[in-house]
Parts: sequence; C-alpha cells; structure tokens
Amino acid sequence: MIKARLFGALGLLASVFLIGCGVDGDADKGARSTASTEAPYPSTYQALSSKLTLIQNATVLTGDGARIEGGSVLLGDGKVLEIGDGIDVPDDALVIDAQGKWVTPGIIDNHSHLGVYASPGVSSHADGNEISGPNTAEVWAEHAVWPQDQGFNTARAGGVTALQILPGSANLFGGRGVTLKNVPSRTMQGMKFPGAPYGLKMACGENPKRVYGEKGGPFSRMGNVAGYRAAWIKAAAYKEKWEEYEAGKAEKPPERDLQLDTLMGVLKGEILVHNHCYRADEMAVMLDLAKEFGYKVTAFHHAVEAYKIADLLAENGTCAAMWADWWGFKMEAFDGIRENIALVDKAGACAIVHSDSAMGIQRLNQEAAKVMGAASRVGMDITPEHAWTWLSLNPARSLGIDEVTGSLEKGKNGDLVIWNGNPFSVYTRAEKVFVDGALVYDLNDPAYQAVSDFTLGSLEIEGGLK
Amino acid sequence: MNRSLNKIFAVCALLLATQLQAQTIAVTGGTVHTLGGAGVIENGTVLIRDGRIVAVGKGVEVPRDAQLIDASGKIVTPGLFDAYTDFGVKEVSAVEGTVDSAQSGERFSASFDVSYAINPRSILIGVNRIEGVTRAAVVPGSSWGEAGSVFSGQVAVIDLAGPGDWLTRSSAAMFVRLGESGSGLSGGSRVNAMLALRDGLEEARDYSANRRSWEQGAHWEYTLKRKDLDALLPVLTGSTPLLVQVERASDISQALRLKKDFGLKMAILGGAEAWIVADELAAAGVPVVLDPQRNLPGGFDSLGATLENAARLNKAGVMIAFTAGGTHNARNITQYAGLAVANGLPYQVALEAMTVNPARIYGVSSEVGSLEAGKLADLVIWSGDPLELSTFADQVVIRGKAIPMVSRATLLRDRYLELNTERPQAYKK
Repeated sequence: MIKARLFGALGLLASVFLIGCGVDGDADKGARSTASTEAPYPSTYQALSSKLTLIQNATVLTGDGARIEGGSVLLGDGKVLEIGDGIDVPDDALVIDAQGKWVTPGIIDNHSHLGVYASPGVSSHADGNEISGPNTAEVWAEHAVWPQDQGFNTARAGGVTALQILPGSANLFGGRGVTLKNVPSRTMQGMKFPGAPYGLKMACGENPKRVYGEKGGPFSRMGNVAGYRAAWIKAAAYKEKWEEYEAGKAEKPPERDLQLDTLMGVLKGEILVHNHCYRADEMAVMLDLAKEFGYKVTAFHHAVEAYKIADLLAENGTCAAMWADWWGFKMEAFDGIRENIALVDKAGACAIVHSDSAMGIQRLNQEAAKVMGAASRVGMDITPEHAWTWLSLNPARSLGIDEVTGSLEKGKNGDLVIWNGNPFSVYTRAEKVFVDGALVYDLNDPAYQAVSDFTLGSLEIEGGLK
Repeated sequence: MNRSLNKIFAVCALLLATQLQAQTIAVTGGTVHTLGGAGVIENGTVLIRDGRIVAVGKGVEVPRDAQLIDASGKIVTPGLFDAYTDFGVKEVSAVEGTVDSAQSGERFSASFDVSYAINPRSILIGVNRIEGVTRAAVVPGSSWGEAGSVFSGQVAVIDLAGPGDWLTRSSAAMFVRLGESGSGLSGGSRVNAMLALRDGLEEARDYSANRRSWEQGAHWEYTLKRKDLDALLPVLTGSTPLLVQVERASDISQALRLKKDFGLKMAILGGAEAWIVADELAAAGVPVVLDPQRNLPGGFDSLGATLENAARLNKAGVMIAFTAGGTHNARNITQYAGLAVANGLPYQVALEAMTVNPARIYGVSSEVGSLEAGKLADLVIWSGDPLELSTFADQVVIRGKAIPMVSRATLLRDRYLELNTERPQAYKK
C-alpha cells in the first residue's frame, strides 16, 4: 500500500496519508537506559577516522541561538575542541578556509522512516507499520532498519547527521523508535546512537481509527483514547509487579511482556513519548492523558494545529515537530498554515522542523527558511541563528541527546555542516558534513559520497547518478 | 496584525477601484521578466486593460485613469503555471467526496473531461494563488492511482482567479499512463498498457475513416464507446497532445515509437529517467513535465532519478515544464525550480519551465505564459528573487484583476496570532 511508485511527491504524500507518523520524547529527562535492565541489540557505532581540523572565517550558527561572524571551529578527537572568532592554528591541524561559507551543527531529524520505508519504495520494503493490532508497543523500528536505503546518503548530503527512525502511525502505540547517527554502515547497530534513549511512537486521530475501524476497533477518537487508557492501566500494574519483585516482596519476577516492557519504560521516564497528533483539541486531550498516567509527552509530531495551542505546549514543556507547509491531505491536516512553526516558537514552546519524508529530510534547512519568510509577512523577524535551534538543538532535546550534540559547544560531538553559502537560500548546498569530527560527505569529492549497495547498480546507467 | 489588516484593506480598496474604473492597471518600476522577446526590462511598466496586457516596456505611457501598482525594487514575472495538478477536483485527499479527479470501473475513459468537475471556489485555489500560482493544468486520474485506466481522460487548463471565466482550455491534452502504473491498470504487464493504447488509437483511426458505415451498422463493432472514440480524434490529428505518464527510460522510448507510428503530438509526465533518453526526446521534439526534487527511486521504474534531470534534459535541447508534484502545495514550485537551478539548470530556463513552457505544451501560449501585449494579464510582483525561499508574492494579478492577498490559511493565521485574547478566537473573523 505504501508505494511511492506513481509520481514523486504525490506518492510520498500518499505514504504520509496512509501511515502518518509521530513520536515524541521527553526533553527534560535525560534518561539513558532502556526499559529492561539488559540492553539487547547494542550499538556498535565507531566514529570514522578523523583529523584535527580547524574551520576558519565562517559565519557560524552555534545552534543554541548564537552567531559568530568570522568564526572558527576546531574539531579533534571527535569533539568540538574550541569555537570562537579567533583560534590559533594548531601545528598539525588541517585548515579549512570557509570564507563566505556558513557552519552549523548537523541537522537532526526526529521523524524519519528511512530504512523502514526504504527506497525503492516497493511493497517488500514496507516495514514501518506493524498493522497486526492497534497496540504494537512490542515492536522496535530498529529491527527493520535497512541500512542500504539510499535515503540515508541523500539525507547526509542535505546535512543530516542524526535522525530518529520511527514506526508508522497506524497504531495507537506503534512501537519503539531508534536514534541513529547518519553514517554509512553494514548494520543498524553500526549506526545506533550510543546512549540515546528509545522513543515510543503513539498516534492520535484518523490513522488508527481508519486502519482498525473495520478490524475490531478503535472505530472512533473515543475508542482511541479508551485504547491508550486501557494500555496504560495494564502498564502501571506491570510496573508495580516489577517493583514489588525488585523490592523483594515477590519471589518470582513477573512474566516478561514485550509490549508492557516498552510502556513501563515510558512510565519510568526511560523511553520518550513521540506522539503523532494533528488537531489542537486532540493534543490537549493527550496532554491530560499523560498527566492521568504520570508520563510526559516529549513531542507531538506533525502537530499541524500546534499554533492554536502553542501556549499549552509551552506550559507543558512539550515540543512540537512540524512540517513547514504540508496541509490538506487529510481532514485533520486541513488547518495547516505556513506560520505554524514560527507561532509555536513565539509562544516559547520547543519548535522543531521534521521531515517524515525521504525528500523533505534532504532540505530541512529550506523548510525552516520558508517558515522564516512566511513569518516575516506578519512582522515576526526570525534570525538565522534562532531558526537553527529548530533544526538541531530542539530536535536533540526531543531525542534526549542534547547533552552531546545539537549545538556547537566545546566538548560536544563534532557534528557539523559547512554550507557553501547561507543555508536558508535555495541555491545553497551542504559542502562538507562531519559526524564526530570525521568527514562523512563532501560535495566536491566523490570519495566522500557514499552510495548504498542497491544504488551501486544504478550507477551503471549512462552518465551516472547524482 | 494591524499591518496585515491594513494590507487587506488596501488590496480591497484597490480591487474595488479597479472594478469600478476602466479596469486599467499599470504595474510600474519593477524588474520585468517578460519571458517573451523583450527579455528582462529594468524599471519596466506593464499596462493592463480589461484583463489583457496592452503594453510592456520602458517608458510606456500610463493613462491618467490607470490604477497604479508600484513595483519599484521588486521583480515582476508572468503568473506561475503548474503543469500537473488536481486543482478544483480535490479538497482533502483522504475525504472521498471531495475527490473528483479520478474514476473507477471504466476500461476506456478518453472522454472523461475533468473540467466538468472543477470547482473554481476550491480552498486550495485560494491558498495557492496568493503565492503566485495563476494557471494550472488539471490532470484527471492523478489521485491515488487506485482508479482510472490507461486512458485517464482530458486535461483542462484553468486560471486561479476564482468564479468567472476560469476555464482557459478544456481538452488541452489526453492523459495516458504507460510503464509500471499503466501496467497495473491494464492487466499486469506494460505490454497490456501499450496494446490498450495502440488498440484505442487504431480503433479511433478506423472510426474516423468509417464513421458513416459504423453509424449505419455496416461496420464491425469497436471496443471503445463512441464518446471515447470522438475524444481521441483530435489526438490523432495532433491538435491535442498525448500526455504520457511514464518514468523508465525504455518506456519513454516506446512512447516515442508510438508517437512516430501514429503521428501524434506528445509530452512526457514524470520522466524520472528522461535524461537517459534526452537525445531521443530532443530529436522527437517531445517536452517533459517533471518534479525537480525527485532523486530517489520510488520503484524500479525510477532507478535513474536524479536532481540533475532538469538540467540534463535542457542541455540536450528538451523543453521542460515543472510541477510541484502535489496540488495543496503547488506554491512550492518556486522552491523546486530553485533546486533545479542549484543543480545546474540555467535560471532563465527555470522561469520558463513554470510559465511559458507549460503554456506551450498545453497549447495556450498565445494567451498566457509571458508578459507580452495581447496576452491575458497574469502576473506576480515578487518581494525579491521568486525562487528564493524568503521571497513572497506582494501582489498577484490574474486576468487583469488584482487578487485579494488573503486565503483561508492567512485568516486562520491571523485568528491565532494572539492566543491570550479576551474572547474566544471564534469571534475573530
């Protein structure tokens, strides 16, 4: 069903309409462990080899709202060693003169289906929605990520250094999302972001009721909420049993339940809730649901009507991950406006630009630029340095990885992009992309342009691909 | 907020004024990209009377009664033309009752004239026209791909001015599908799709020659219905182009063979791998309607998808036209044009691909597509480079009318600019 075979964006839009998405994570918890005590499928990520590198003379957007003209960034040991407007050149450093260029933190997309809805978009690659029941909290996106999806490479060429892969939004509980570093790897584990907490994908509204309405429900938004509540009640009881056992009040541990493991992880604050939800009124209900069961909605995803309740989002410390301008493909998306992200930001809530698309992820900076343009028409002047918070630090917060990435600060990971101009211009392209201080993409050097196994064959076509 | 309200009032006043007076508008002082023989005119004037352009140039005399629109420091272009949309035949993609762009159950549907269903008051039209889209090809059967047949029906060209004379041309093209999507509609192989198409055209050719005897019952029966045969006649004579949705290079070559065999006029829609057969397309004089952002394979038909498709086709001499690939955001056509430029397409060609080229493909270039005397007055005054992301349409003129620069989306925006209001937002209109 999720075939983008017909015609480009229409097909992509179709996939959104069919699967929707959305996940949200708790920005403040900083949790690092998984729900169960052991950590299966562990990360085997190793940074690619890097050199001590000094980038000079750039317009630097730090990602936390600041801007340095004529700025320098020193990368070494995988980290940002120094950042400022005058750094002495270390003896053995590779020096990159970025005169006229811009440097930003790598873009972080907290809503992607790369690898689980891989290109080519054939039905054999439709691994993002486990539509076997309305609650599939037991499934993990990481078990289906195909690292040979060329979309990872094209996203890297767009400056994306980390991303969360989420299950789709067919279910009330779609399963666990996984955060990856955007590096080429033979295995999912080789991309898995060390220490990043899991996300739980939940979905409001039209998708679950459409998918399950004729398969025993939920049939309505009422049924959706009843479904969440019933699941949280079971999860709370499960958690209590484990606590009793751990306190020595029970002899035998409770029987493991994968579904409840994940939900318990949320209740313990270890797994971040990423909640696909479009309508303002539904988001308000979901915030109350979270209070009823003692968890936090880390981020609403899509949140097409977030501008109607931006104050409520700010009050609850819940992020909204949004498109710049997608609207109208289904009823709950009908009230989308171009200023949504800017208005959420203006209310003091955590605003994020997300993609949910193998196309959109290649130019999230451009999506932000469109929002800035639209906002300027109603007197909101958003600076480039501020807008970049939507692209790196805020999404990093929503993924619980903001302590190590998302902004250019001394000691943080060397995840950055050198753009060949102002990244909010349509003509600008990512020139060099670094992950943990290692060059992983270079616009002008084919040796640093990774190609997936699948695409390798396509290169035989006359003239080659780009 | 006051600023935007003032702007609305100003535009309304302007509208009222232009309607009451002699409907003469002069757009002055801008950098005018005519997309016609006059090229780019600095500090140019576009003089409009009764819906048409009467003069374009430097130092054009402006009649005293003309309504002036000052475009100093701004860019003026023809209105944008998206070459593949379902404007007016779809509101909410997932709400069935609002979708009229496709039919199901008919094997042949050449007679399916999409213009019967077009709603010029569509909310999508309002949202997109204030961002510079003034004309569109409405292509039937472009919805989810579940319905339709190899012949999907007749394309209409409309303007986005709303009620009135919105139909520029019906039957502007006959839309068919080959390749993978055609195969799915015709029996599981792309052979079926090609045979269905060839059968249809052959029957129409036979019908054209033997209509009288067929009407008298003295001729073998056709599998196509009469209305479908009639609809194919202008395709056979080459007065209506066959718009062929096809992606794979080998399928494009087959389409070109079909063109040759029947002497058709043709345009390719999609064409993810068109660049591979660019020389063949150029030799056959067949243009390509494409979405410049496609660079990942949706399936095995588009393994060759690349951001350089537009640039490579142009370099080989193939005419290109753009589509934003989705009607709700047809307004993003400028962004995708910019993307094509960032990937090697000359700037001027990017402008052509969303103005004069689609007008040529759909046979309406004598009326729209460029700023030249005699043409319908569709133009946009841009705050800056129209391809740039922060640029917006300052004023849009369609058929000589200054469009009020408001839409349902801007009204929603204005309603929720302030959340902490004394009375509920519902009272704010």
